Amino acid sequence: MVTLTINGREHQAEEGTTILELARSRGIPIPALCNHEAVKPYGACRLCMVEIAKDGRSRLVTSCLYQVEEGLEVQTHSEKVINVRRGIVELLLSRCPNVRVVRDLATELHIKEPLFPIENEDEDCILCGLCARVCTEVVGVSAISLVNKGTGKEAASPFHDVANDCIGCLSCAFVCPTGAIKAEDREGYREIPKWGVRLKLKQCETCGYLFAPEKQLQYISKHECIPEDSLNRCQDCRSKAGG
Amino acid sequence: MDEQVRPILEKYQYKKEFLISILQDVQAVHYYLPKEVLEQLSQALQIPISKIYSVATFFKAFSLEPRGRHLINVCVGTACHVRGAVRVMEGIEREIGIGPGETDSDLKFSLEAANCLGCCALGPVMVVDGEYHGKLSTAKAVEVLRGYE
Ligand code: FES
Ligand code: FES
Repeated sequence: MVTLTINGREHQAEEGTTILELARSRGIPIPALCNHEAVKPYGACRLCMVEIAKDGRSRLVTSCLYQVEEGLEVQTHSEKVINVRRGIVELLLSRCPNVRVVRDLATELHIKEPLFPIENEDEDCILCGLCARVCTEVVGVSAISLVNKGTGKEAASPFHDVANDCIGCLSCAFVCPTGAIKAEDREGYREIPKWGVRLKLKQCETCGYLFAPEKQLQYISKHECIPEDSLNRCQDCRSKAGG
Repeated sequence: MDEQVRPILEKYQYKKEFLISILQDVQAVHYYLPKEVLEQLSQALQIPISKIYSVATFFKAFSLEPRGRHLINVCVGTACHVRGAVRVMEGIEREIGIGPGETDSDLKFSLEAANCLGCCALGPVMVVDGEYHGKLSTAKAVEVLRGYE
């Protein structure tokens, strides 16, 4: 256990805990867009910056990566922190002027105008990489990734073509903080245009509901060693039948 | 599998951690990274194709488009610029008929502009297939290029 202060109040935490985790568990708000409990911290969005002081020296660190230390003094809303946070949100707003979370952050920080001229009104990806990270770390598929670099960086399928490894589980769409990944189930298929994917949906044997892509079910059956025919029914019908 | 790729993989003992070196060697034989080869590498090295595509698009040295047999890098950095790199570049463009970032139709040359090749004292400078040619005039650059098959 280590003891440290956040905004002047003393807290105790298990070693290895990040400042962000501790703050959240104590109800202290720190904005963060690229962090998700399901995947490893990544440090991409820089929104979670806090000021730490130790031995009389202070500096700014990303709280999602920085682990608690004995005697650390953390400030989550000091002037310095607010300034960098504003800077980051101004940049995000210039990139994604119409994304809800970004706009909300801007309002909170009293930012009215984006800092730079807007290139693409519809840009909705902030490059947090959560989609690709979840696909690799949680699903284990790695169907998509961040490609190119600098101003050309983007989340994309291999060769900007069909993501052949995608099983259509929609974990990427689920973790995306901005709603940049759209998907639609229609006419018996699941479509994820951003990844060029169109997958046939499986119909529940009992109720007829189109409940999941066949490819996802095959993947589950293979990786969890569950016989494929036990995945013939949707979750509702399975739990109703008691198993 | 592509016959030229197997020996490369063997050289690096099919180890994932050599991906970048492997890609460099593939590019050395094909002059670019063909999609089919990347797919074969993904299989052989057990690296998801998405990750290989990330790496291949990250480094400017890799090309996913076919490239000429000879790569010309003309420096247009500050030192070379003041010594007339612009004219040298124009001369080269006229000679081979393509601009920076392009490849000619018989896949003989690809042309790139560089922002300093680290040998400013030799400017204007160009590098063809790794070989440096310094103190260039337009005429000299053209003469060097005519020596390539
Ligand atoms: S949440 Fe820490 S950098 Fe994004
Ligand atoms: S500017 Fe050309 S080599 Fe440095």
